[in-house]
Parts: sequence; C-alpha cells; structure tokens
Amino acid sequence: MLHDKVLLVILGGAIATWLPRVLPMVLLSRFSLPPLFLRWLRQVPVAVMAALLAQELLFRNGLLDPWGNRLELLAAIPATLVAIKTRSLLGTVVVGVISLLLLRLSFPV
Amino acid sequence: MKPPQTARSTSIEQSDQQPRSADHSTLGQDTATFRQGVVDCIPTLLGYLSIGFAAGVVARTSGLSLIEIALMSTLVYAGSAQFIAAGMLAAGLAGPVIVLTIFLTNLRHLLLSAAVSPFFRHLTPLRNLAVGSLLTDETFGVTVQHGNGREDIGFRWVMGVNLTAWVNWILATVVGGVLGAAVAQPEKLGLDFALPAMFIGLLLIQMNLNKKLKRDLLVLAGAMVTVVLVNLLADGNISILAATVVASTIGMGVDRDAA
Repeated sequence: MLHDKVLLVILGGAIATWLPRVLPMVLLSRFSLPPLFLRWLRQVPVAVMAALLAQELLFRNGLLDPWGNRLELLAAIPATLVAIKTRSLLGTVVVGVISLLLLRLSFPV
Repeated sequence: MKPPQTARSTSIEQSDQQPRSADHSTLGQDTATFRQGVVDCIPTLLGYLSIGFAAGVVARTSGLSLIEIALMSTLVYAGSAQFIAAGMLAAGLAGPVIVLTIFLTNLRHLLLSAAVSPFFRHLTPLRNLAVGSLLTDETFGVTVQHGNGREDIGFRWVMGVNLTAWVNWILATVVGGVLGAAVAQPEKLGLDFALPAMFIGLLLIQMNLNKKLKRDLLVLAGAMVTVVLVNLLADGNISILAATVVASTIGMGVDRDAA
C-alpha cells in the first residue's frame, strides 16, 4: 500500500466531506430561509433516517437481500415497539441488540 | 397586518413568523450544558462503537496503518465512506476516484447541514463552522430531537454531543484496528444491530415529535422505495442523498399546514 497515496486520499476525502457539512451551516444561518424551503427541510430528518434504515436492513453486501436479513428484520419489530412505547433511544438499541442475539441463537443460519 | 419583525424563528417545526428580540446573546436561549450534550449522545455510542470497530478491522485488513486509521477517523469522520475507501484502496483504485466516491457518499451531509442550520442562526460563523464540521447522521438525529420545541440550540450542548461522538468514533476505529480479526465477531452478540436499532429509535422518536403520521409515513415509504430503486438501477453511493431529496419533496407536497 502506497502510504503517500493513502494520505492524499485522506486529505482529499476530508475536504470533500467537510465542505458539504459546513457550507450550509455557515451560509444558510445568516439568512432567513423562504417558508417553502423550510417546509422542505422539515421533512429531512424522517426522510434521511428512513433511507438509512432501508439501506441497513434491506441490503446485504451491497445487494438487495431482505431474506438474508430476515433475522435483523424480525429484530426490528420489538425495537420498533419499544421505540414507540418508551421513546427511549437507549432502550430501543438494547432491546434490538438482545432480540437479534436471541433470534440468532434460536435460528442459527 | 403583521407587525414588523426583526428576524424569523429558528425552529424548523414552529411557525417562522414569531418575533425575536434583536439582542439575543450569542449563546442563544437554549441553556442545556455541554455535559447534558455528552449525556444525550450516550445512547448513540453503542451503534458508533460497533460500526467503528468494524470499520477499524476492515481498514486494518485493507492495509491501512493505525496512524492512517486514526487520521481517517479524525479528518474524514464518516463511517460508510471509510468502509468504502478502505476497500477501494485495497483494490488499488486511483486516488481521485476514491476521493470522488467519498464526496458522493457524504454529499447527503449537505441536506443534514441545511436542515439544522435554522437552529444555529444565533452563532457566529466560526461557531457554525465548528458545529457543522462534526455533523453526522447520528448527531443530526439527536440534535433535531433536542431542537424540537426550542427556538435555537446551544453551542455548548451541541458541542457536547459532537465531541463525544467524534472521540468515541476515533477510539472505536483505532481499537478495531488494533484488535483486528483477533476478536470474536460482533455478530455473535447481536451488536451489529446497534446501528440500525439506533436509526429505528431516532426515526420513531422524530415521527412521534412531528405528530404528522400520515405525512411522515409517506415520506418514510418514499425514502425506502427510492433507496431500493437507486441501488438497483444506479449507484448505491448516492441512494441516501437521492432518497432524502425525493422523500422530502413528497413530504413538502403533502404537508398541509402553512409554514
């Protein structure tokens, strides 16, 4: 592995990541945003979380494979219920992890 | 006729017609402390730890040194991009191609940054820079939650969240790199579910706060369908970005309330 290349990739990647992170924060906070744009932005949290979740749960090694992830999809059910009932992030994570552990022990693939 | 207003409200969930005093302090009205930020970040740490650990292992087996792993986590600080970059470096792909892929994978931060910016209008540009530099999917979720019902978000609090998440990530990846494949697979303990479980929690908590179930379910469905389609028909690297754009547009379209 060419370590100069790795360093360049890290630096280039750092800038490429940093700019989209900071530019809106720095530029948009100076201005009042138009109501329509604010309304659009209001949807982003649910949209991005749902997208990330779909990416995590429906894909395996880059391929669409919900069946391969069936135990994870099943574990999502108690996690979802806990999230709805308790609104606790920590509780959701703990219940989800334990549920998957139990499922994997019950159904070794 | 509306009275003249000095500035619009910063909360993206409240009407932006609320008047604000012109001489707000630069620390804003949110008095939550740095320590509270650290505490509020804790539920997300398990998800970070397990995926960070895995990222460190993958980076190590791809040939990166511990210093490189630490630098990548400190400077790039983006899980999915780090995974992808490690794989591409191991495959010997050209540097510019890898950087471009990192850029596309992380472009979604543009939307996250835009979405939280209304909460930080009281901060100086330099502080906005600091807050934005450490923005991730997870800190975004926690931050938006904290901002619900608030006009703005305190610098101290958000940096408590940001710094905790950042340090935790760096440590997790380095430990992953050190221990490598020598440690038993985290799958045996179900720990690889910590990240999706965290997204489930953040998503549902946000939907509960929004109190607009029909709209949010449409947004959710739109996002998931788009992710699947983009992965199947185009490049998976931009699926999150595309899904966020499409689903947010759908939500905006059906959002009946004014403002």
